[in-house]
Amino acid sequence: MKTFGRIFNFCVYVLLYAPLLIMVFFSFNESKSTSVFTGFSLKWYQELFSKSDIIESLSNTLILAVLSSLIATVLGTVAAVGLYKMRSKFLYTTMNTVTNIPMMNPDIVTGVSLMLLFVFAGRLLGLSEYLSFTTLLISHVTFNLPYVILNVLPKLRQTDEHLYEAALDLGCTPIKSFFKVVFPAITPGIISGALMAFTLSLDDFVISYYTTGADFQTLPLKIFAMTKKTVKPDMYALSTLIFVTILVLLIVINIVQERSERKAKGEIR
Amino acid sequence: MKKRNSYGSIALNAPYTVWSVIFIVVPLFIVAYYAFTDKSGAFTFDNILELGEYNDIFFTSIWYSVLATVIALLISYPFAYFLSRQSEKSRRLQMMLVMLPMWMNLLIRTYSWMNILERNGLINNLLGMVGIEPVKMIGTPGAVIFGMVYNYLPYMILPIYTVMSKIEPSLLEAAEDLGCNGINKLRRVIMPLSLPGVVSGITMVFVPSVSTFYISQKLGGGKIMLVGDAIERQMQSAYNYNLGASLSLVLMVMIIISMAIMNKFSDEEGGMVI
Repeated sequence: MKTFGRIFNFCVYVLLYAPLLIMVFFSFNESKSTSVFTGFSLKWYQELFSKSDIIESLSNTLILAVLSSLIATVLGTVAAVGLYKMRSKFLYTTMNTVTNIPMMNPDIVTGVSLMLLFVFAGRLLGLSEYLSFTTLLISHVTFNLPYVILNVLPKLRQTDEHLYEAALDLGCTPIKSFFKVVFPAITPGIISGALMAFTLSLDDFVISYYTTGADFQTLPLKIFAMTKKTVKPDMYALSTLIFVTILVLLIVINIVQERSERKAKGEIR
Repeated sequence: MKKRNSYGSIALNAPYTVWSVIFIVVPLFIVAYYAFTDKSGAFTFDNILELGEYNDIFFTSIWYSVLATVIALLISYPFAYFLSRQSEKSRRLQMMLVMLPMWMNLLIRTYSWMNILERNGLINNLLGMVGIEPVKMIGTPGAVIFGMVYNYLPYMILPIYTVMSKIEPSLLEAAEDLGCNGINKLRRVIMPLSLPGVVSGITMVFVPSVSTFYISQKLGGGKIMLVGDAIERQMQSAYNYNLGASLSLVLMVMIIISMAIMNKFSDEEGGMVI
């Protein structure tokens, strides 16, 4: 049974990684083909870096991801504190349901609904262009917010409310005692929420596809446009670079996590 | 003091409430507004009535996604089970291996499969070397369903693995002591305890599958049209926002209904465990 399990799981990994490894392999192909390997070359990487539009879309993606995750983190943390303190059960349930909508809805529905909102508002205001960087940023903040809230709320529930009250008794103002007592306790939640928002924003294609203006292309949108035509291996070179970046990031995160866990365990002992 | 508290609460809740009303709630009403009006803004049922022509497309989308979800479940369940029985160190490494492909953009993964499955692609080239005629794969329902399974498989594995790794080994030992054989152990202990993970895995695979348009575009070779493709065409090339809105509205209602059914099966909110 054990060997069967090993073999079965190995086959699943082969399936999961086959397209990625093939992509890496053919990005070094000398010829234009993505199915016959003729010889090793780095020319597709050179070609990739000579294209200014790809570099531009990469920087666009990063700007958007940083901005949207920052805004979502600030807004979402404030919202989580607000939800945590909410007295009315009815309001709390309502807000919770609303927060879940962007996560439950398929991306295409979220994208279309936001696009129609912007078109509707644009017509009302008599704008010449309905979609722009601003609408894209708003959309990204909107789909990032629930993930920040869901990461911060559980941390708030874990904090000891008496500590906050103690700080008040010792003469702190509510704001000061929040930043001295509550904030440090929920920081891990805020960070993981921000990271999640950042990666979701980097990776998003569908919602961006419906809400961006013609002059602002992100990397996934660029890839979409590239795959509409027959693709040369430069797309593979780009994907390989993305793959390697993600791999390195994951390994680093894993090592850091393991270390901090070991440290935490050591402290308990 | 109490009064100040409630002012504080309003100040804290106001920004997010305003944001979510404008950008989450209002857009849904605007979808409904577009679905029930014509280009000039007059009330009409035409867009909804026109959906009759899309019956086949809705049916195909649901059928393919159901198949993809079932196949993903059949692969993920044993996978998660075997994974949960391994040492902690190996599990940590393997979780990373499962998540890594998920971090690659779906467009890239799907596109790579398209190149592999194409008529002049890698598989047909290899088959040609051993003298087998090229097999047509792109443009078949199988390729589209395969694409859905491949892309969303980690979303099925992760929640099932999470619940399975929480099952106490002592429970299984107790079941053995009480005379359960392998199959009974699975049926009476593991399956009921892993149900919440299965339910959230099913929704996490079904929802993106039923609404996809890129997978069907690339692996369906332009011959297979799903709801997502129909919406994309109306919004991005035909510019019939009203019809696009009515298609989105129906898709949304369909998903809400299927999620309500799924939630009946799970008592707890075991979902959203990424």
